Amino acid sequence: MKELVLLSGKGGTGKTSLTAAFAHILSSRILVDADVDAANLHLITPHSVEIEEPFSGGILPVLNPENCTDCGLCREVCAFLAIADTHPPRIDPVRCEGCGVCAAFCPSKAIRLEPRISGVWFHSRTEKGPLLHARLGIAEENSGKLVTLLRKRARALAEKEPCPVILVDGPPGIGCPVIASMTGADLVLMVTEPTLSGRHDMLRLADLCTKMGIPACITLNKWDLNPEMTESMGREAAARGLFLLSPIPFDPEVARAMTLGKSLTEVSTGPASQAIRRIWREVEDLLGGTIPASHAMKPFPMTEGKAEDSCF
Amino acid sequence: MILSVASGKGGTGKTTVSVNLAATAPMPVRLLDCDVEEPNAHLFIQTEEVRRSPKKVFIPKVDAEKCTLCGQCEAICRFSALVTIGQKLLTFPEMCHACLGCLRICPEGAILHGERLLGEVIQAKWGRHELIWGELRVGEAMSPPLIEAVQGAAVADRPLILDAPPGTSCPMIAAVRDSDFILLVTEPTPFGLNDLRLAVDTARHLSIPCGIVLNRAEPGNTLIQEYARKESIPLLMEIPYRRSYAEAYSRGERLTDKDPELKKAFEQLWRDLEKKLHSLSERRLP
Repeated sequence: MKELVLLSGKGGTGKTSLTAAFAHILSSRILVDADVDAANLHLITPHSVEIEEPFSGGILPVLNPENCTDCGLCREVCAFLAIADTHPPRIDPVRCEGCGVCAAFCPSKAIRLEPRISGVWFHSRTEKGPLLHARLGIAEENSGKLVTLLRKRARALAEKEPCPVILVDGPPGIGCPVIASMTGADLVLMVTEPTLSGRHDMLRLADLCTKMGIPACITLNKWDLNPEMTESMGREAAARGLFLLSPIPFDPEVARAMTLGKSLTEVSTGPASQAIRRIWREVEDLLGGTIPASHAMKPFPMTEGKAEDSCF
Repeated sequence: MILSVASGKGGTGKTTVSVNLAATAPMPVRLLDCDVEEPNAHLFIQTEEVRRSPKKVFIPKVDAEKCTLCGQCEAICRFSALVTIGQKLLTFPEMCHACLGCLRICPEGAILHGERLLGEVIQAKWGRHELIWGELRVGEAMSPPLIEAVQGAAVADRPLILDAPPGTSCPMIAAVRDSDFILLVTEPTPFGLNDLRLAVDTARHLSIPCGIVLNRAEPGNTLIQEYARKESIPLLMEIPYRRSYAEAYSRGERLTDKDPELKKAFEQLWRDLEKKLHSLSERRLP
């Protein structure tokens, strides 16, 4: 079993669309939606929820006003300014980090720690294998722990029923949930776009992959928006040891598929759909062989001409 | 006045809206890029860097001579940043949330102040405006304290525009929680709508009024308009879907410099926002 994680640094570059297309192309796979803040994969993956469970990633202090002597020590020891200057003190769950220091120091044992339910996670059935997804509660923390839980479940499932690949649709950024999404994975696939922001964010994510020792490959989505930038980003990515995959042209079919709530490869055989099928074969090669320590460079396969101007 | 630009979904145009809003402001403003994981606003702005300051947080450092291996620090730490193995107390700095519990509980004074670099806060001049952004150190997981440091570097003597990170969890909350108004940027797709709903729930949870900016609007697609009407949320602006905008964006150009119509639309947005915020007096960031 191999685990592929789709990341981008910058949001909205096509991680979920690409994951959904791979999910459609493959005959057997486990899907993980690791963007637990703003999960979308389930919106374009027909599924039925089989297990729904609350997620508790931390604790919440609860004050018992009867025991509280209003000494103010809890407020003093809270490093997160989560205890309001009221009488008795009021704990702000939005600011609370769940460290429990207030409870440990309360001289009258007026604060107890309760599990904090910060979301729900789901095990759903799809036509070609399970989908693990979640919904982090509004203004909640511990998204990294929730991501880790989903990935652990996926690995356990893959051991029970042999499955060739786990596809992880990752969150944007490079912080806690991203690190939780990629730790120990076999390969990161970076989906980015040829824009100044895309480039900036790609370089930071590439550095993170290097730091964590995870091999990475990259595709440029809507590459024809800026062919010069596509080329220079390809060179920079290769110089950082990333494998270059085929780029994806701008194609109005992508938006159409999303509006229909379907994967691109299901509704289109257009240029973007073809590019994605090609990319999957390239990824399969990378996952199949042992990924060499010194990353091979591959020329960027440029397609000529511009995609239609119509819909942008 | 603190105005946040946020969205549940990434890549909907938060930075585009923040930067163009600041560029068309009728008064000097401070733009705070609070997406410290992937800050992008500075790519669209010619700035003159004024100051770069590191942001560090506490991590425990063990004075092995004083440590009696009593285990109290390990017991209070809920993040597994201190572990006794054999006759040695080990620290795992990357697990530490800087709650200072270990420092406070140690009866021997054996826990000392160590430091972990979270990232940097950069302050820059931009004509009559100012830009402040944070850059999370690559490999660092904890972004909220750096977001707070970006906010802390700003004096609220003029309107603040906050470009928030995507999502609805701790980093986004840290960015927007002290705002007077949140502009939610979205796109007319099922993903955009789904994540807009989450962002609206978040704004309501925090009791902050919000309005919608619809990016990549297409004629005939009324997905977001219908939602806004149903939820009685003002739809303040629509930016049409144009390939030329995407190309300008890719080169780091500001749309309001390229398109006078759009510039007018942003100026109108300011007038609408000023009306909405009329009753709100200036507030300081904590």
